[in-house]
Amino acid sequence: MKDVRDALLTGRRSDGKLVERPLSPHLQVYKWPVSMMLSISHRATGIGVSVGALLMTWWLVAAATSDAAFATVQGFLGSGFGVFLLFCWAAALLLHLFQGIRHLVWDAGYGFDNRSYRITGWGVIAITVVATLIVWIVGLVVW
Amino acid sequence: MAVKGKISGKSVQVDILRSQLGRVRGLGAARAGSGAWWIERVTSVALVPLTLWFIGAVIGLEGTDRAGMIAWLHEPVPLVLLLCLVVITFWHMAMGLQVVIEDYVHTELPRMALILGVRAISILAAVFCVIAALRLGLGSSVP
Repeated sequence: MKDVRDALLTGRRSDGKLVERPLSPHLQVYKWPVSMMLSISHRATGIGVSVGALLMTWWLVAAATSDAAFATVQGFLGSGFGVFLLFCWAAALLLHLFQGIRHLVWDAGYGFDNRSYRITGWGVIAITVVATLIVWIVGLVVW
Repeated sequence: MAVKGKISGKSVQVDILRSQLGRVRGLGAARAGSGAWWIERVTSVALVPLTLWFIGAVIGLEGTDRAGMIAWLHEPVPLVLLLCLVVITFWHMAMGLQVVIEDYVHTELPRMALILGVRAISILAAVFCVIAALRLGLGSSVP
């Protein structure tokens, strides 16, 4: 064993004999390809925008309830933490949306080669950054 | 299909007129799995334009008071689109979170409890949003 990472290649066969073989992804030593990063972030943003959907519920229900309730939710969303949440919500929603379109294209049977993986993967990240910036620049100008 | 068997010592043959497909439908591990997969895709396609519309609408509503919300939802198109967005969002959310739970929670009881909890929250939030939007959009006077 020359490298400590070799330990991650060491497994045991069912008869107890030690063997060296590649094991399933070790997140500490793998270089994360863009598709792997996007795959896990699709889940994370999916959970994140679910929280955002509950925030939307609060907003709508408060608007239908009373002036005081609506002032509370508008005050919260206008606070520093509220704006931070809204920023995360917009970025997560857009990443989930564009990555979702990438998934739909895969479901239709296209874009499975390595080159397409890299191009569409970085494309999703680029378009998310651009779209998030556009939304926030427009949003802050309108404010 | 012919099925052979014995009834009180006598061998009998019964011809079953149901097709193989008819016999397995609704049984087995798959059950309605492909249906759930398909609906998740259909809802995601619907959510692409609805979500982009909603982000634009939220920007347009920045800093609005309740009167502004009521005026916005008294227009037919925003009310209809918002109702569609809410129902499809929570539907998609319940399905997506169920997949995450099924992937990571391997014990029967906690898994079922979590899935039912997610469904309960999704349905409750969706109904809350629908009633709130209808109250804002259809009510002649909102307290």
